[in-house]
Amino acid sequence: MLYAAFIFTKWDTDEDLDPAEFGRYSKFNAESESAGVRRGGLALHPVSAATTLRLRDEETLVTDGPFLESKEQLAGFYLLECENIDEALAWAGRIPGARHGAIEVRPVLAEH
Amino acid sequence: MAVDSISQIFQREWGRTVASLIRYCGNFDLAEDAVQDAFVIACDAWVDNGIPANPGGWIATTARRRLIDRLRREAARDAKEALVSVVQEMPSDPAEAEDDRLRLIFTCCHPALGLDARVALTLRTVCGLSTEEIAETFLVPVATMGQRISRAKRKIVVAGIPYVVPEPIELPGRLSAVLAVFYLIFNTGYNAVVRPTADDEGRSAEAIRLTRLLTVLVPNEPEIIGLLALMLLNQARRSTRTDSSGEIVLLGDQDRSKWDWALIGEGLSLVERAPQLGSVGQYWLQAAIVVEHVAPSTGEDRDWRRICSLYDRLVQQTGGSVVVQLNRAIAVSMLHGPEVALALLEPFRERLDGYVYFHSAEADFLARSGRRVAATAAYRRAIELTDNESQRRSLTRALENLDGFT
Repeated sequence: MLYAAFIFTKWDTDEDLDPAEFGRYSKFNAESESAGVRRGGLALHPVSAATTLRLRDEETLVTDGPFLESKEQLAGFYLLECENIDEALAWAGRIPGARHGAIEVRPVLAEH
Repeated sequence: MAVDSISQIFQREWGRTVASLIRYCGNFDLAEDAVQDAFVIACDAWVDNGIPANPGGWIATTARRRLIDRLRREAARDAKEALVSVVQEMPSDPAEAEDDRLRLIFTCCHPALGLDARVALTLRTVCGLSTEEIAETFLVPVATMGQRISRAKRKIVVAGIPYVVPEPIELPGRLSAVLAVFYLIFNTGYNAVVRPTADDEGRSAEAIRLTRLLTVLVPNEPEIIGLLALMLLNQARRSTRTDSSGEIVLLGDQDRSKWDWALIGEGLSLVERAPQLGSVGQYWLQAAIVVEHVAPSTGEDRDWRRICSLYDRLVQQTGGSVVVQLNRAIAVSMLHGPEVALALLEPFRERLDGYVYFHSAEADFLARSGRRVAATAAYRRAIELTDNESQRRSLTRALENLDGFT
């Protein structure tokens, strides 16, 4: 099954990721790659760079900032190919952000 | 007589049969329907011909046939031929059947499901309760409960919750998700209402049955044994927890001659056994505290040092609910005196201002440290807050005794 693992962290400044954390992500990328689990993923700029759009009665409303104001924000996601949710959760637990933020694991509806 | 026996067979065979069928067809609803049908057929057949020598085998065979019939009918519509042959070849190896029951328990109690969903699904699929019965237990509309159960079943399929027994390394976390479900089922039967009904007793008995089963399926696991002990030690005192008018009776005032001493004996030996098997957790600690209160024949010879240290460990492990903190303060008052206990209450004053037991404990500590005026105020506040008649009487008595000391 294909799972998306969304990484929510408090990282919301314009500063670059701290080098130690960057190193941990590189390690995770290499390990999930060689295990044949990682099928994709994207890292996002901080929410200070986010713009949110709504269309209401044919009127476009654009606001600065993320959809939800919260302490933890979406920082990126991985696509993980796993046998079942137990395996997906085991891999999610190895994503560096899990130690200070949270990982939301969602099955992907259909593979295209 | 026959009806009773069939219900006993249901309790024993339902979960076992459903568990095996789910492994073969991968569908909770189909498996449940097939076993339900098998029992309906059994009721008719057994009333006429008597209960067969091996009712479990009879139910399993009948349920499997029903499932195959159903799959055949559906196979005409879509591609389920493969499934039909798989179910036909189902072996009936007893060891495999035990594993199936474990698979079913761990799947229904998977932490990816919410606690409410886990409880509902366990009662439905593992215990065979109807949606109506479960809805009644949790005082929610039948439609709501039906949705909760079907949503849980859907998540199992969609999120890929596997039908497996967890690996040993995953076991501690997975086990605690299971035990939380069993304990909640027990407590809904034990605490839900002032006047327990037969259904509530049934719920507690069901939880004990499940926990007993788990001690067999996962042997020598100290926390499962601890939870079973806790349930038995409470169940043993069930009939003495309320008086004839339905009011709560505290442990110290309960009629010990009416306790079920066989259950208490079993609970005691489980509490002794668990720590020899490994490190114990919150359920064992709670059971061990009950033992300290139940074992001595009078209130005076309790081992308060040990009770305090058990509470300390409980707070360490769980963070300690306010109820635990309050009980800990009462134990400390017995060991180190009321002044020390009063200081322990202070951090909870604001949060527990509307909680009668906070004020009754404080009143007791104040009275014992000779601060009569403050104690009077605290007793009055407690009396004001209680909506329990027998508690009001005993608090009023304590207040009058206070005046007697002048």
